[in-house]
Amino acid sequence: MKKSISSLVSSKGRYPWPAEQFIWDNNCRINLANYLTDRKEKIGIIAKGCDSRNIVTHIVENKIKREQIHIIGVPCNGMIDKTKISSLFDREITGYSETGDTITIKTISDEKNIHKNEVLNSNCTTCTHRNPVIYDELVADLVEEQIIEDPFPDVRRIEEMTADEKWNHFEELLKNCIRCYACRNACPLCYCPTCFVDESGPQWVGKGQDTTDVRTFHYLRAYHCAGRCTDCGACVEACPMDINVRDFTRKLNKDSLEIYGWEAGLDETKRPPLDVYSPEDPNDFIKYAGHGIL
Amino acid sequence: MGIEKERLHFSWISSAEATKFVDVVKEVTRIVETVGPNHKLVKKISA
Repeated sequence: MKKSISSLVSSKGRYPWPAEQFIWDNNCRINLANYLTDRKEKIGIIAKGCDSRNIVTHIVENKIKREQIHIIGVPCNGMIDKTKISSLFDREITGYSETGDTITIKTISDEKNIHKNEVLNSNCTTCTHRNPVIYDELVADLVEEQIIEDPFPDVRRIEEMTADEKWNHFEELLKNCIRCYACRNACPLCYCPTCFVDESGPQWVGKGQDTTDVRTFHYLRAYHCAGRCTDCGACVEACPMDINVRDFTRKLNKDSLEIYGWEAGLDETKRPPLDVYSPEDPNDFIKYAGHGIL
Repeated sequence: MGIEKERLHFSWISSAEATKFVDVVKEVTRIVETVGPNHKLVKKISA
C-alpha cells in the first residue's frame, strides 16, 4: 500500500538512518516551516533564510515553541525555477544533475548546461535574507547578502496602472486558476483550522469558477498574509498553472516595508505591524479625530 | 486590484458622533457617484 507523504516523512524523521536518503539541492523550494504548525513533539528542521523567517513567524504567532525545534540552518544562494527551465526545452526533461552552480538538464535528444543564476526563482533574485535568521547549527558558512536597490519593480509597474489596467492585469493573471488551493496549502501562513473558502455557514465565497469568486479567494488570502509574508515563493512553486501568486503578496510586503519599516520574521520578540498599536502610527486618524471629514 | 480608489473610504467615527457619521456618508456618496455604477467584482447570478 502506498504511504502518504506525511507519514513517510514522519516515519523517516524518527530514526537517524533514513536521513541518508534526504536530498538537498537547488530544487528545495518548498517551505518546511509549513509542517511545524501546532506540532507538539520535538522536531528537527532544515531551514533556508526564508524558511527560518517563517519559523520565527510561527513562534511569534504561538504555532510552535522555540525550544521544541532544532533548526539546521542552510545559508542559501537561491533556488531554481522549474518553469524557467522547462521553457528552455521543447521536449520532456528526462535527466537532472548539478555540480556547484552548473545545472545539467537532459531531454531525449538534447543536453544543456545552465548556470543557476540564469534560472533563479524570481523571489530569490530579490532576496535580502539568504542566511537563516535563527538556527541551532549551520551546515555551511554564511553567504553574502544581496543588496537590492530596487526590490519591488514589479509592484511599482502595477501601481502605476490605471484602475482598468489593474483590473485587466489581475483578470489575465488569474484566468487559468483552477481553485485547487495548492498555493494556500503550501503556505506556512495559511494554517486556519477552517479556511474561509471552505466555510459553509456562512459561505463567504462561491466555490465555482466564477471570476468574482476566484478573485475573492486570492485577494482575501493575500490580505491574511499582510505583514507576515516572507516572499518564500512556496505559493508560486506549488501552483500547477504557473500563476504568479506573489503579485498579490508582494504589494503588501512593499507597503509593510515602506509604511512600517517592517519585514516579516526577523525578530522573535516583535509582533507584526497590523497586530500592534503604536503612537508612531503613520496614519493620524486616531490622534486627530474630528479634524476633517474623511 | 482595479477597483477605483474613489469607492474606498476609511473613517474613524465614534458611536457618539452621529452628525459626523451623516457628513461622512454624504461625502462618500458624493465621491462614489462621480465614478458611476460599479461593474467590477460583481457576481451575476442567473435565476
